[in-house]
Amino acid sequence: MSKHVVVIGGGVAGLEVAGQLSKAGIEVSVIEKEINTGGHLNNWYRLFPDRRDSSEVKEYLDGMTHNHGINLLTNTTIEVFKRNTSHFLITTNGGKELTADAIIIATGFDLFKSSRKEEYGYGIYDNVITSVDLEKMFRKGKIALTNQTVPETIGIIHCVGSRDEKVGNFYCSKLCCVTAVKQAIEIREFLPDSKVFCFYMDMRMGGAFYEELYREAQEKWGVNFIRGKVSEASETIENKLLIKVEDTLAGRPLKMKLDMLVLMAGMEMSEDGEKIAGIVGLKTGENRFFAATDNLIGSNRSNIDGVFYAGSCTAPMNIPETISHARAAVVEVIDYLNDGIR
Amino acid sequence: MKFDPFIIPFNIGLYFIIIYVVARSVIWFHDLSRPDKLRLQRGFFGIPFALSLKEIFMESLIHRKILKTNLRLGYMHMSLAFGWFLLIFFGTIEADIFGTKHLNAPYKAIFFRFFNPEHGRIGFEATYGFLMDLILAFILSGLLLAVIKRFYSRVVGMKKTTRLKITDRIALTSLWLIFPSRLLAESFTCGAHGTGSFLTGSLGAWLASFLPAQQIAYPFWWLYSISLGTFFILLPISRYMHIPTELFLIFMRNSGIKTGDKAGTYSEVQTYSCSSCGICIDACQLNFSAGITNIQSAYLMKAIRNNDDVSEIVDNCLMCGRCDQKCPVGIELSPIRMIQRRGGEAENDIRNIYNGYFRSRQINIPEKVISSSNYSFLQESDPQKADILYFAGCMTHLTPAIKNSMIKILEASGVKYNFIDEQGGVCCGRPLMLAGQDKEARELINYNSQMIWKSGAHTLVTSCPICYKVFKESYYLDVEVLHHTQFIKKLIDEGSVKMNFLRKKVVYHSPCDLGRGSGVYDEPTEVLNHVSRLEKSDFEDENSLCCGGSLANMKISSQKRKKIALDAATELTKNNPDILATACPLCKKTFAAVTETRVADISEIVAEALIEKPIKINSGSHANSIKELANI
Repeated sequence: MSKHVVVIGGGVAGLEVAGQLSKAGIEVSVIEKEINTGGHLNNWYRLFPDRRDSSEVKEYLDGMTHNHGINLLTNTTIEVFKRNTSHFLITTNGGKELTADAIIIATGFDLFKSSRKEEYGYGIYDNVITSVDLEKMFRKGKIALTNQTVPETIGIIHCVGSRDEKVGNFYCSKLCCVTAVKQAIEIREFLPDSKVFCFYMDMRMGGAFYEELYREAQEKWGVNFIRGKVSEASETIENKLLIKVEDTLAGRPLKMKLDMLVLMAGMEMSEDGEKIAGIVGLKTGENRFFAATDNLIGSNRSNIDGVFYAGSCTAPMNIPETISHARAAVVEVIDYLNDGIR
Repeated sequence: MKFDPFIIPFNIGLYFIIIYVVARSVIWFHDLSRPDKLRLQRGFFGIPFALSLKEIFMESLIHRKILKTNLRLGYMHMSLAFGWFLLIFFGTIEADIFGTKHLNAPYKAIFFRFFNPEHGRIGFEATYGFLMDLILAFILSGLLLAVIKRFYSRVVGMKKTTRLKITDRIALTSLWLIFPSRLLAESFTCGAHGTGSFLTGSLGAWLASFLPAQQIAYPFWWLYSISLGTFFILLPISRYMHIPTELFLIFMRNSGIKTGDKAGTYSEVQTYSCSSCGICIDACQLNFSAGITNIQSAYLMKAIRNNDDVSEIVDNCLMCGRCDQKCPVGIELSPIRMIQRRGGEAENDIRNIYNGYFRSRQINIPEKVISSSNYSFLQESDPQKADILYFAGCMTHLTPAIKNSMIKILEASGVKYNFIDEQGGVCCGRPLMLAGQDKEARELINYNSQMIWKSGAHTLVTSCPICYKVFKESYYLDVEVLHHTQFIKKLIDEGSVKMNFLRKKVVYHSPCDLGRGSGVYDEPTEVLNHVSRLEKSDFEDENSLCCGGSLANMKISSQKRKKIALDAATELTKNNPDILATACPLCKKTFAAVTETRVADISEIVAEALIEKPIKINSGSHANSIKELANI
């Protein structure tokens, strides 16, 4: 009898795991809370570092799921989770019951809610937007202020909700830096007359081809990088944004008037992930993400036999890392199903 | 019988403690500042003295405040304190009336039964004996509770009890032994002579029925005397020093002496008046939310008394003031903590027993090394003239929704105002003060004072309770300082602003610095009642919780901080209000991070309810309202 694996989450990690498991002849069900699969991928415009359209990745993932006969349960959440000696019993919100030999958690991340950093005025001032809002503007093909005029000076604030003790997030979300670089370039492409300023703490350009992109942003696109954390923003009478920041390289405080402010929201453990941690009894770490049992050689393993992690539900990850992590999870699951070891 | 050697330990102890307390009070009086000395002298011949006698009776003997908060704990304290007092009082009278002569040495009263074993057979004597037994029974019932409390603190309704040092333990043991040994000594003596009332008589008769009572009685009299003597000698170096010290505290307080910001006699008297009852521990959110159980005020007082290093304790405190409100002795705990913060690293004296009795006094707190920070870069201010100044404060700049709401309200009211820190102002100075850096804070205070003075305003409105408290207390301004809730209340009363009623269920969180810190409780709730459906919470006014965001704690981890905020928010939003209202930008920010319920400052709710009227030019009523405000 063929084995059945339930994947919780239909984003990049979930779909990749599902596709690969199916290919290996294992029956797979994917539970996705939204109507559409793809998760955050649906929000992105083009992807760093080579700026391919996100729809290409989406197409690949959809192809994986469609070609391999995966049981997709969208608009579905988990209500009850039970464990027998050899398998898991899941009851969904629709009352549907699933029996699984193994579970893969691929609940991903939530974007940091930027309104929590009220000092930047997201939701209070016009023209303070997040990186996601900007991606949506790119998709529409138009960058405009709320009064429909074109912004001339645009500020990008890095590390919003990351490496910030005040909001309780000590960790680095890792890909906001490169997102900022990518978006700065794209803004300059859309609006060749604009000026873009990035306010950063450190530029963490650790991924493949990131540093090159950073260099291109400076040399080719003339993006200004200012090292310093913005302390607060306020709105002026002429509806501009006045920010206060310390230029830590020049060693002096700085005030600047901008037309638009883009907040690089960090990544946080997803709320639904936290709920599932409670229902299933999975351990979470100090950063609130799921805690793997071994950070070196077992980043897919959970504290429960037969439950595995895939993707950014364990830590901030970019798409190539997520795909790799998901494929690694597939190996772990197959080992477990064959030998009963995890 | 006139004398027996067993009384010697008691006599040594008694005369020692009398001499000690006299010497100590002379030193304390000597260390007082001149004005405080005068206050005390005036108080001695005036009403404060009478008030103190009443308060000493109500608080030191009856323990009214503890009874109010916790009946069983109060009974325990009352039975020991008031019972012992009655025993001494009626014992002295007994010795005086029934003894061989009048005006006896104290031991005659304490050991009356030993010297008058045949006493109390008939008539009035027997009735009096009954009274004495009743008092002893009263004390013993309290003692039983005390013993149980030490091992199971929940029995008296306390979650935690204080941990003790070794001298406290010995003193505690001798205290516990005093009354049972008296009971047994008296019972055996009574049993041997066939006297005694319902307690000592019946117990004595029963014991005598199978034991040689006369022989056994004598060692128990020794034990009784030794426990008393030991207790008196250890008193100054144990927490029981609070018994004599509290009398001084009450008298000093009634004479109008305040803690101030420097260590001195009054802060030391207060430190010694702490009985380690542990009520502050139960009140502390660091305890019941964050599980930090070694920094509460009772431990701070103990550490100061013991000359321990307090640096770990003093800074780990939210300074929310909940313990100040709950302290049954009325010790000004937060000001004493501030004194310790102002001090540098406490010197760790080599302690010996002598040092314990006459410890190096708090006056010796070393001054903090003056930091090199200097604010000469601040440019001279040149503010616009205005009637009303609005000082948002730095926290309000970080919560711009509050700032925008206040601007909307100020504009709608039509008053002539100047938003003095619109382009960013200078800090009010309180964070520095809370860190114990008074000198640096003073520089900022002077700068802001000048600016306020130059503006010619008569009213200063601030949105931040932290600023409000420091403007009120540490600035010498001749302008009226108002928190924006008070200002809005005034505008409503005058009719300068009109509002719709919002059909929203609101619960109010009273910020520490506004409520307990500055006594502003009514205006915020009145404003909320005016515009919304204000609901009750379990934590109102003095009992309100700290949001956990306090600037004052520099030690706590962010996880524990979050836990405090989460617990407080959960309590407040228990009945699912539409809005969790507060009046402090810091509380707002802290709560907003941990609850799904909408968190809003009162000004935001008011701005939402505001009926914006067209701006009238040269309107008579407009001018009136400015004039009225001028006469606030």
